[in-house]
Amino acid sequence: MANQEFEPRIVAFFCNWCTYTAADLAGVSRMKYASNIRIIRLMCSGRVDPQFVMDAFARGADGVLIGGCHPGDCHYISGNYKCLRRYHMLERMMADLGVEKDRLRLEWISASEGDKVKRVVNEMVEQVRALGPLDLPGRFADWDAEMRELDEKVQREHDGACEAHAAKETQS
Amino acid sequence: MTDKPKVAFYWCASCGGCEESTVDLAEAILDVAKLVDIVFWPVAIDAKKKDVEAMADGSIAVSLINGAIRTSEQEEMVRLLRRKSGLVIAYGSCAQSGGIPALANQFTREQIMRVVYEECPTVDNPNKVHPQETYVDTDGIGVTLPGFRNIVRSLDQVIDVDYALPGCPPTPKLLAEALQAILEGKLPPKGTVLAPDVAQCDTCPRKDTKPQDVSYLEFKRPHWTDMDPEKCFLAQGIVCMGPATRSGCESQCISGNMPCTGCFGPTSRVRDQGAKIISSICSSVASEESDQIKSVLSGIPDPIGTFYRYGLSKCLLRGRVDTAVTTSQSQEARK
Repeated sequence: MANQEFEPRIVAFFCNWCTYTAADLAGVSRMKYASNIRIIRLMCSGRVDPQFVMDAFARGADGVLIGGCHPGDCHYISGNYKCLRRYHMLERMMADLGVEKDRLRLEWISASEGDKVKRVVNEMVEQVRALGPLDLPGRFADWDAEMRELDEKVQREHDGACEAHAAKETQS
Repeated sequence: MTDKPKVAFYWCASCGGCEESTVDLAEAILDVAKLVDIVFWPVAIDAKKKDVEAMADGSIAVSLINGAIRTSEQEEMVRLLRRKSGLVIAYGSCAQSGGIPALANQFTREQIMRVVYEECPTVDNPNKVHPQETYVDTDGIGVTLPGFRNIVRSLDQVIDVDYALPGCPPTPKLLAEALQAILEGKLPPKGTVLAPDVAQCDTCPRKDTKPQDVSYLEFKRPHWTDMDPEKCFLAQGIVCMGPATRSGCESQCISGNMPCTGCFGPTSRVRDQGAKIISSICSSVASEESDQIKSVLSGIPDPIGTFYRYGLSKCLLRGRVDTAVTTSQSQEARK
């Protein structure tokens, strides 16, 4: 299928203290992982507003990965728990809105787990690649194409009226 | 005809409650009628589409349009009113954000037609007849029905909208204030929602009983719960949309001892009301373990219907995204 050429775009929200540092470690350790993720650094996974996740999807992300500190390790004590609770509701909501489960993922990755960043990212890229593009901007454009039919009909009627009018003019 | 400003009302996919709320102006409607000419209002006065077509472009001072947009007829009418009007106000939740009709965005057009014309227990339709947009009878006389669109749209997803009056329905007070502002020419910037820009909690009569830290061990459902008439609903473990909803409704539901269901939409700082309420409510679940969190959250059986009750059209995802659309145009657009 076309999925051979499809390169998923995955938006990753990583917390400053653990997962982002781990991604940094993966980098300085010269580990190679798929280049399909765009990392956005936040101070805490508790800062991941569900609006960010939905907006990422709505603007064309094929997947969203959230990375935070392991339970008990949050720099702000409880931010990762807040993230976990929101994630469980968001998971259900995304399913209800028809977004496949594998497109949204939450992982706890500590600052020393550069190899886990590599494993999680590679895994997720393959899963999303198998799902194919989500392409919400394209789907929204599809939905709105039906409104063009009316536009064109109105334009045709207008053109017809103009022509009739012009014909009358020339006759007289 | 006088040179009083002209006003039009129109009704799309809605229940009629918005029209009712206009009548709820009661005797104040006489003052309004003194100041404006109502030129088009299908529910109350006899003026036809052709009468609107005959008006000069921009000659209606303001059109108040309620209801979501589901059919081609509604699309056509609101486009006509847009052309003829100086200002267009999206009146009520349905016009502002899709309202209850937009909950249908969880299903495809085919699913809806099948349920309504075949599967509904009160339907007797052995030949599975569905309505068609065009039909030509044996005498060669053709009749048409408006097209039923794939999704429900808010008014501003179809035409340019100047202001929104939120609510299901908007209060007579907000309508009176809006009309006053228009008549006096004291108009806020385009795009403004004509209601206070603070959260419902801020003006809630139970504000003082809202604890600093709420923590949920379970979510209770209103119809199974003996609700305290004084205490914050969230503190009682009942889902209340107050934190993610705009104020201005005069706390009518709260005063009736029912939690806020979110009809005024979000404040200007929030883009997605449902996502925002998850952020607020779900983060306060007491547990730190996945299984327990899921079990507490299962007390909210229908998140879409609860969090997007009045605004699925305005959800960032606009509805269920894996529904296939069926128009010849869309297939062409894909190519």
